[in-house]
Amino acid sequence: MKAYILSFIHSLSESFRDLLPIILVIAFFQGVILQQPIPNIGEILYGLFLVVLGLTLFVKGLEMGLFPIGDSMAYAFARKGNIFWLLIFAFALGFGTTVAEPALIAVANEAAVIASKGGMIASTEVAREDYANGLRFTVAFSVGLAIVVGVMRIIFGWKIQYLIIAGYLGVVAMTFIAPVEIIGIAYDSGGVTTSTITVPLVTALGVGLASSIKGRNPLTDGFGLIAFASLTPMIFVMAYGMWIG
Amino acid sequence: MSHISSLLNVLFDTFFDVLPIVVIIFGFQFLIIRKPIPNLKKVVLGFVYVLVGLTFFLEGLEVALFPVGKLMATQLTDPEFIYGVNKGLNSVLVWQDYLYVYLFAAAIGFSTTIAEPSLLAVAIKAESVSAGAISVWGLRIAVAIGVAVGITLGTFRIVTGTPLHYYIIAGYIVVILQTLVTPKSIIALAYDSGGVTTSTVTVPIVAALGLGLASTVPGRSTLIDGFGLIAFASLFPIMSVMGYAQLSHWRTRRKNK
Repeated sequence: MKAYILSFIHSLSESFRDLLPIILVIAFFQGVILQQPIPNIGEILYGLFLVVLGLTLFVKGLEMGLFPIGDSMAYAFARKGNIFWLLIFAFALGFGTTVAEPALIAVANEAAVIASKGGMIASTEVAREDYANGLRFTVAFSVGLAIVVGVMRIIFGWKIQYLIIAGYLGVVAMTFIAPVEIIGIAYDSGGVTTSTITVPLVTALGVGLASSIKGRNPLTDGFGLIAFASLTPMIFVMAYGMWIG
Repeated sequence: MSHISSLLNVLFDTFFDVLPIVVIIFGFQFLIIRKPIPNLKKVVLGFVYVLVGLTFFLEGLEVALFPVGKLMATQLTDPEFIYGVNKGLNSVLVWQDYLYVYLFAAAIGFSTTIAEPSLLAVAIKAESVSAGAISVWGLRIAVAIGVAVGITLGTFRIVTGTPLHYYIIAGYIVVILQTLVTPKSIIALAYDSGGVTTSTVTVPIVAALGLGLASTVPGRSTLIDGFGLIAFASLFPIMSVMGYAQLSHWRTRRKNK
């Protein structure tokens, strides 16, 4: 019990260290540059305590739950040798974790407002909601597809750079034909799709697959799923913008 | 009392975020794989830790960091602050007047990235897979430098009003050139680090900075110029991580000579 408490305190101090840079930056700008007092110091200390505690528990949970289950599922799929179900799983994971992602919902609503101001869709609540939902499903579909392609890459040992370069070319080509208003949102949508729970799980899946398939290296082949998941939404969101516009 | 109810609210929201993942995992585990999960108790406890940890983390950010961070982003981009520092009102602003904005962009980009939980998760995996050749802190600092440079350049773009896609396309070209000369083992990890940097901590503060800038810099529209900072923050870490790999590669080569 004592050892457990000690290790927990150690993890807490590590989380605090992770947070220290933000505290310093905010204190410096608030105190030295803006020369404003920090409001509600008690509230802020309470919040910081929660952040440190939360980060510690999260990392503990990763090592106990998310990483092992990602590993064991990857191993089980690889042993069963059933590529079809593995790909279905990959798609479900990408689609399912993205469609409900709060950051994506926020971006989709923002995009709907822009589209209605730009006159691409009718300026009504219903039209905006349709647009936002369409965008969300487009992005979720593209993330599902990305994980499928990424998993296929691990299975067949394709080189990641060729796929990424092809993706870049896709983004560049779409940029020149998509409506200007959608470009900023499309580029940003790549970054917001990968959430805090998806990333560890997908990483564990990729690394687990690469470790259990003969001839694959976990470092060279196991990573890269997130890269696809942040590239395809850009292309698909621009395509969506064109299709609507 | 209000603290507890708002914590419960966040717990509720987080639960529904985690739910689809849990359903997919356990659904496939029981229907397709049809094997008991090893250490089921420990795994379930781990999920509970993730859920509770994320709840505390998000609520803490909402209470402590986001209000101050967003307030600072608006204050720093406020024309009054920028004019006050430099010269009287009505003078023409040039991009150099936004020095503090760039400084803030770099500092906040760096520090929020260090605290980003998904980056930590990937770094832990990378360290264990590479048998320590890639260290957790080495990767995190490399990524954080990339985000800092990216967001600074992104704010510069908003101030100057240059088109987003020029920067992104130039960035792609640099990434492709770097790919040709970087040690093969790091490439996939470097590409991944672009996507993981921007999540829970970084996005809200950076988005506030972008929208604040776009709404106060004369001649910018929030619609067209307010977005794009996240794109910068997900592109530049790819370069900095490959740069970090090249640097350590060269160093070991020189040592071995």
